[in-house]
Amino acid sequence: MAQVSLRKVVKRYESIQVVHGIDLDIADSEFVVLVGPSGCGKSTTLRMIAGLEEISDGEISVDGDVVNDVPPKDRDMAMVFQNYALYPHMTVYENMSFGLRLKKFPKEEIKRRVAEAARILDIEDLLERKPRQLSGGQRQRVAMGRAIVRNPKVFLFDEPLSNLDAKLRVQMRTEIKRVHQKVKTTTVYVTHDQVEAMTLADRVVVMNKGIIEQIGAPNFLYHSPATRFVAGFIGSPAMNFIPCKLEAAGDGLTMRLDKVSFAIPAERVARYKAFAGKDLTFGIRPEHLTDAHPNGTKNVAQFDAAIEVVEPMGHETMVFFTVNGAEVCARVDPNSGAKTGSPLKMAIQLDHMHLIDNSSGKVL
Amino acid sequence: MADAVMTGHKYVTPTRKRSGFRKMMERKSTIAFLMALPLLILLSVMVLYPFGYSLHLATLNKSMTRFVGFGNFAFLFKRETFWLVVQQSCIFAITAVVFKALIGFIVAHFVHNIPNKGQRKWRGMLLVPWVIPPAMSTLAWLWLFDPSYSAFNWLLSFVGIGPIPWTGDAYWARFSVILVNVWYGAPFFLIMYLASLKSVPEQLYEAAAIDGANWWQRIWFVTLPMMRNIISITVLFSLIVTFANFDIVRILTAGGPIDKTHVFATWAFWVGIQSGDIPLGATVSLFMFPILAVCAVFILRDIHRRGNEA
Repeated sequence: MAQVSLRKVVKRYESIQVVHGIDLDIADSEFVVLVGPSGCGKSTTLRMIAGLEEISDGEISVDGDVVNDVPPKDRDMAMVFQNYALYPHMTVYENMSFGLRLKKFPKEEIKRRVAEAARILDIEDLLERKPRQLSGGQRQRVAMGRAIVRNPKVFLFDEPLSNLDAKLRVQMRTEIKRVHQKVKTTTVYVTHDQVEAMTLADRVVVMNKGIIEQIGAPNFLYHSPATRFVAGFIGSPAMNFIPCKLEAAGDGLTMRLDKVSFAIPAERVARYKAFAGKDLTFGIRPEHLTDAHPNGTKNVAQFDAAIEVVEPMGHETMVFFTVNGAEVCARVDPNSGAKTGSPLKMAIQLDHMHLIDNSSGKVL
Repeated sequence: MADAVMTGHKYVTPTRKRSGFRKMMERKSTIAFLMALPLLILLSVMVLYPFGYSLHLATLNKSMTRFVGFGNFAFLFKRETFWLVVQQSCIFAITAVVFKALIGFIVAHFVHNIPNKGQRKWRGMLLVPWVIPPAMSTLAWLWLFDPSYSAFNWLLSFVGIGPIPWTGDAYWARFSVILVNVWYGAPFFLIMYLASLKSVPEQLYEAAAIDGANWWQRIWFVTLPMMRNIISITVLFSLIVTFANFDIVRILTAGGPIDKTHVFATWAFWVGIQSGDIPLGATVSLFMFPILAVCAVFILRDIHRRGNEA
């Protein structure tokens, strides 16, 4: 187990810079997930930590020792690849024990460690098989087993569940979490799937265009996104973004969305006051935009929406309508009577609203 | 109803026969067989017939008038030159194939590591020896080895070595024919190994590097096992071609000095055509078959056993 630190890490491919000086501290035993869209630099960052990519600038250290020039074999890290990268000519046992055999561990010790990892991952029956005789999920377990047996300082996962079907992905996600809780090795996990990030991570690092947008615990990122990108990336269905104008109204503020306007909750007025008169973006998650109840609570604004699409999900119904030119998704009660083409009284829970500065993309 | 069935049956039978034939003609395996038939006929004419004919020839006497059974074989077994040729053929083929494979493997690695931009021209240049007709290139080598005007000896004279009798001394002559064969055949190995190297997933090397493998261990534990099938096939193919080599030895040494570089093909030609004993020449050439067949069986069995491990 180890601490990993990235200081102003830059990656350049000739003239193209893909990682722009990122700083990140990963604590001992922590499970950190790097998440972001394709091409955001998350895999490159992971590969730089592994030593598979050279660092153009900056510093990566493990337990305080700078490892910029240390080859991958001497970094004492284990990596699980997207397509598993199992050696096709070796059996599962040989695959799992390969690293230990190279390090000339005693045979008994190798046997013990492989048996232990196989027990944790429930692959004891597969040890004599070749990778081609395994299913996707089994291969994934073997790839994890190969990492576990080495008892490395750091585990690195590069989109390990991308090649699995949806059901197996959920199953393996739980498996990875369970293994981490058992072995408690510092883990850096890369994914583009925000659900994976939210469910697995102690802390999530949201990356975009080679920079870190925000670092935080999953719930913190969900409820307090720092930027429009994070707000839109975390959460499914995504947060609604509606163009709005903030207007002063006596001591308070109102937010105008096309024809309707709502009073900003008093406790937020001081925060937003400086932006009065500006065109902003109003952000609200679908679960905070629901069908109105007659005995509405504090800080709830109501308006009539012309429902365009209704998607019943069983335990809830998603409805879609347009506000101020933006398509909006809301979660309503299945018994709300939402019908395509009919108006429905909606309620916005303004305690959960976000206002975003259009020029900087920052959440105010 | 029953009548109708009967009547129907009466007329259906011939139709069924026709449709059965049509079905057979429409079957993929039949179509495949028919499409392969011209090649099969060509192979029979070009390979099986000469092979059968040489078997027949090998059982005749020198004037081809009398059946002598295994007489020619028995005669060969008693000749010292024959055993010399067996020994030389084996040394020639095995040494040449080993060096061709080794050089091909090493150069393929170098070329593989050249950035894609410049790789094409290197590949092209390195293939040149293989695309020049061997008879022509061997003539060039013959001049390089010439006893009086050897370019090699001229160069070696600057460092105080030589002159070396490249084709005049038995050992140097063997070295020379092997050298030319390696020069000619290594590009084939290079191109096959390069293609094979390109098909090894980069992530296997990365996984091995993270597992703690150094450069040599990555070659030993990843590259070689991943290339095993292609190495086996190329070695087998090259072994067959090298064993049956004729042109290089014929042009460079013509089997000399004193039969010390003869291989099966050149000696069969010498005995059969130049000495006029066609049945004995056919007998010599037939000796290549069992040796190569045994090699083929072992190598192909190994490939089949491993199957597709990817």
